[in-house]
Formats: sequence, C-alpha cells, structure tokens
Amino acid sequence: MIIRERTIKYGDNVDTDVIIPARYLNTSDDRELASHCFEGLDRDFKEKVKEKKIIIAGNNFGCGSSREHAPLSIKTSGVKAIIAASFSRIFFRNSINIGLPVISSREAADFIQDGDELEVDFSSGRIKDITRDKVFNINPLPEFIQGIIKSGGYINFVKEDLNK
Amino acid sequence: MDDKQKPQTIAQKILACHCGRDHVSEGEIINADVDIVLGNDITLPIAIEEFNKIGTGKVFDRDKIVVVPDHFAPNKDIKSAQQCKFMREFAREQDIKNYFEIGKMGIEHALLPELGLVLPGNLIVGADSHTCTYGALGAASTGVGSTDVAVAMATGKLWFMIPRTIKFMYSGDLRKWITGKDLILHTIGLIGVEGALYKSMEFSGSAVSKLSMDSRFTMSNMAIEAGGKFGIFEVDEITEEFLKFRSDGNYKIFRSDPDAEYEKIYNIDCSDIKLQVAAPHLPSNAKNAEDLKDINIDQVVIGSCTNGRMEDLKISAEILKGKKVDKNIRVIIIPATQNIYLEALKKGYIETFINSGCVVSTPTCGPCLGGYMGVLAEGERAVSTTNRNFVGRMGHPGSEVYLSGPAVAAASAIAGRIATPEEVI
Repeated sequence: MIIRERTIKYGDNVDTDVIIPARYLNTSDDRELASHCFEGLDRDFKEKVKEKKIIIAGNNFGCGSSREHAPLSIKTSGVKAIIAASFSRIFFRNSINIGLPVISSREAADFIQDGDELEVDFSSGRIKDITRDKVFNINPLPEFIQGIIKSGGYINFVKEDLNK
Repeated sequence: MDDKQKPQTIAQKILACHCGRDHVSEGEIINADVDIVLGNDITLPIAIEEFNKIGTGKVFDRDKIVVVPDHFAPNKDIKSAQQCKFMREFAREQDIKNYFEIGKMGIEHALLPELGLVLPGNLIVGADSHTCTYGALGAASTGVGSTDVAVAMATGKLWFMIPRTIKFMYSGDLRKWITGKDLILHTIGLIGVEGALYKSMEFSGSAVSKLSMDSRFTMSNMAIEAGGKFGIFEVDEITEEFLKFRSDGNYKIFRSDPDAEYEKIYNIDCSDIKLQVAAPHLPSNAKNAEDLKDINIDQVVIGSCTNGRMEDLKISAEILKGKKVDKNIRVIIIPATQNIYLEALKKGYIETFINSGCVVSTPTCGPCLGGYMGVLAEGERAVSTTNRNFVGRMGHPGSEVYLSGPAVAAASAIAGRIATPEEVI
C-alpha cells in the first residue's frame, strides 16, 4: 500500500487525554469520538485533517490511558498514518489491532516538518518527504505484527486463525 | 551460552510458563494463556462489540473474566448509563461470576487484589492502563486495549512481546510520612515518562521489603507513567500475609535468577527522598513538596486506584483530625472499595473527614480522569493523589493537577496551598 498525503506535526508526549478527553468516553460511537479528536491539544485539527492526513510526532505518542477510543477517533477522522519518534506501548498495540498504520522512526519524525508532502510505501518500508526530497527506510515490523496488519486488524486475524 | 541456559527475570519466567515453555528470549513474540481478563464501563463496551465480531459466542472461561463498572459509575449521565447497561447485560448473558454491581463494586485495581482475584505468578490483562497494579503481588499484569480484551475473552490467549527489564534497588530508611507514592514519583522523575517504555520494571531492595502492600500497589500502579509494561515486586512475607485470607495458597511464586540480565539497574537511596509532588503536566515533573509552598489550590482529591486504600485514608485522617480544611477549597475523599469505606468508617476516619469539612464519596474513578465528582473549571488547580496530571486530565484544559501522596494532599487541604504535614500539625 502506498499513500501520498500532507502532514500535521505535533510534539513529544501527546497523551490520550488530549487526543480524546475522558468526558467523551461515555460512547463508543466512532463518528462522535472523531468529532472531539485532539480537542485538548489542537482546536483546529478538524479543519487541518481535511487537507493533511499523516500525523508526525515526537517521543512517546499516545501515552497514558489504554482507551482504544484514542486511535479509533484518529482513524475515523481520516488520518492515514502516524509517524512518531516513539509510541507508548498500549497505543501502538491498539493502533495495529484496529488497522491504523503506525511507524516508529526517530530520524523521520525529527526531519519531517508540518505541512510536508509525504509518500509512504508500507510494503517496502519507505517514507519519502517530497517537499524536502529525502527518503527514510523504516525497520520492518515483526512478522507476527505484519500478519495482523495484512489481515486488516486483530479481530480478522483471529477469525482467520479460528477458521483454519 | 545457549538461550535455554540463560538466567531469566521474573517477567520472562511468568510469560514462559504461560506459553508452556521453560525459557523465552527478550524481543520474542509469544501467544500466551491469560489467567484474568478485566474490563470496565469505558473500555468493555467496545470490547464486547469486537468480541461479537469474532463469533465464538461464549467467552473462553466465565470465571476468568472480571467486569467492573467504576469509571463513570454510579452512572454519571444517560450515555454512561447506556454503556453500563450494555456491559451488565453482557455479563448476565455470559454468566460472568465476577461482575461487580454498585454496592459491591470498588475501583477495579483496589477491588481485584482485595478479593483475591489476582495472585502471584498470574498473567493478567485488563483494558485499563493501570492494570499493572497487580505486579505488586508478583504477577505479570498489564494494560491493553479493547480489541485485545475482545480476543482474550474469546480465546483465552493474547500475543506478548518479551520485554527487557530495568531493576530498581531501593535502600535506606524512609523519612516520616514517605510512602510508595513518593518513591514512585521520585523514580519517574529520575527516568522520565518514557524511561521504561516497553520494559518491565522490577522493584526490589531493602527499603521495599519494609513497604506495606498498599504502598507497593501504588508503585506498581504508576509503572505505566514511566511507559512500563509491568511493575513487579517479588513475593515476600508481607505479600504472603496479605494473601493469607484472600487465597487458598494455590499460586506459583516466580523469582528472578540472581544473575538475570537487566537493561539497567538503578540504586536509589530512600533516606534522601522527601515528600514529592509532580507538577503539571507530566508525572515526571517531580519536585520536593517543600519547594512548592507558594502554589495556591482550589481542590484536593484523595482517592483513586493509586491512593484510595487504607494506608492513604489512615495518613489523611491522622493529619486532618481535629483540623478544618481551608475555607476556600473543596476536599473530596474517595475510599477505593466498599470494604475500605467500611473499615475507614469503623476506625472513625470518615467522621474525621466529615468534621474537617471534606466530602466522602462512594467508590468511583470519577474526578481522576475528569469524569465527574470533582471536575475542575478553567484556571483551577488541584492537589490530587491520582496518577496523571496531563492537560485537561481533571477537567478544563486550562486547569492544573499537582500529583502527591496522601500526606501532602491532606496537609494542603488544611493550608489551602501545597503544604507538608509539619506545617499544619
């Protein structure tokens, strides 16, 4: 899969409380959750995401709560991928489980600027910053995790496994 | 040395045992059998929807699923009521024994250990990041998302990557009023909010061998605030004493091999640690409470899965006894379970709190995550014994949370600003 999108850049330690404040967790409706996405951090996110669909961030993206509402609200908002210097463990796991592509690359996350146009090739593990003409090669994820992504998420992966 | 002869950490041993092996290597991914799967009223509704998509119909073992409505329960609004109802109906349909309705319910991470549902050597997952609390009992226990819980409920299995371990050796005698909260805030301050990212944290040393179980639960609880996957204590006499009336002794104790390989070992002298406060907006902004005395506050919260246990209420009552809370602030005290509430009542703590001008609430996570029962307005500031001080955590994005243990929280309640017990007693 190859995507070509522009970026929104955030800083370090973007936590799940700013991604989706807990006061909105009284629903599991993904559209409603998306309507509050990043409300604690960036009031303009809803406008920005119409044009920019890759999030770039620093260290420890998604730290805090285990709420799957966080990656779910980001995915439903239309974000196609998140590239961060590092991810919190649970957020990373949740994103993979629901089929939201997450890429851990300190080098790329440091270099890429807000608004840059990127081309990301998930199968070959290549990020191209078209705006600044630079290419990053990503370390491939473990085979097991790639299997989950190929199935389109953990639920499908498990269903396929149970039907074997 | 062949991997099979390599010494192992407690985390490796528990994970190996749960996939039917003697040894596992760091970085390896395994599919392991879980002992307990936990969900609450925020995370379980999504897990149930995902569970239904898998199509197994029934949960893998009705006795191994624990369901606790605690975050927005007693129901805070109509939507929360719908979520709780959805969860309650699922628990009934699946005949889940460990569903805890209002009246029996407590904050999940205080409730499960109290009832002996989580034991040493267990592999536990919960759709709540503070599931790492049970590491205090020598268990491998960690927070996961709703989809993970759906899979675990359907199959009894989940994938795990074998983590590396960082060891924390605490020595020295604790100063007066110091509890597990001060040790863990100091530790997170030392290593940062991603200092233990993906890692297992192992807490040991002469100082922790004297720590109460309540303080150990507090420390394991906040392992996640350093990015940790587990926060594990080895089982000792204090653990066994805690478990004596809570289990039939049918559990397996794992210990790290003496020569196990650690990514890093921190030696921390506790005699240097003073009362800690983590300033906004990261739990790693740990400072000495005595250096923050000019910080005025609007609210104090004493409670949560971090500090809503007996030890916390005892310390708070000791400080508040015969005193009045400052006229300009609100003080909310939340015993974490019904049993803790009742014991505090018998010991006279609740009377002390009410006479001092505090409100005492039924168990709920409520204000910790800005849900209800103490949400902050713009520009307001709280001292709280909870676990997170992120932007907007307790309410308005323009409000602030200072994290502390019970001693600073109770003293601050009297002073109306951040204070230490010596100033108010």
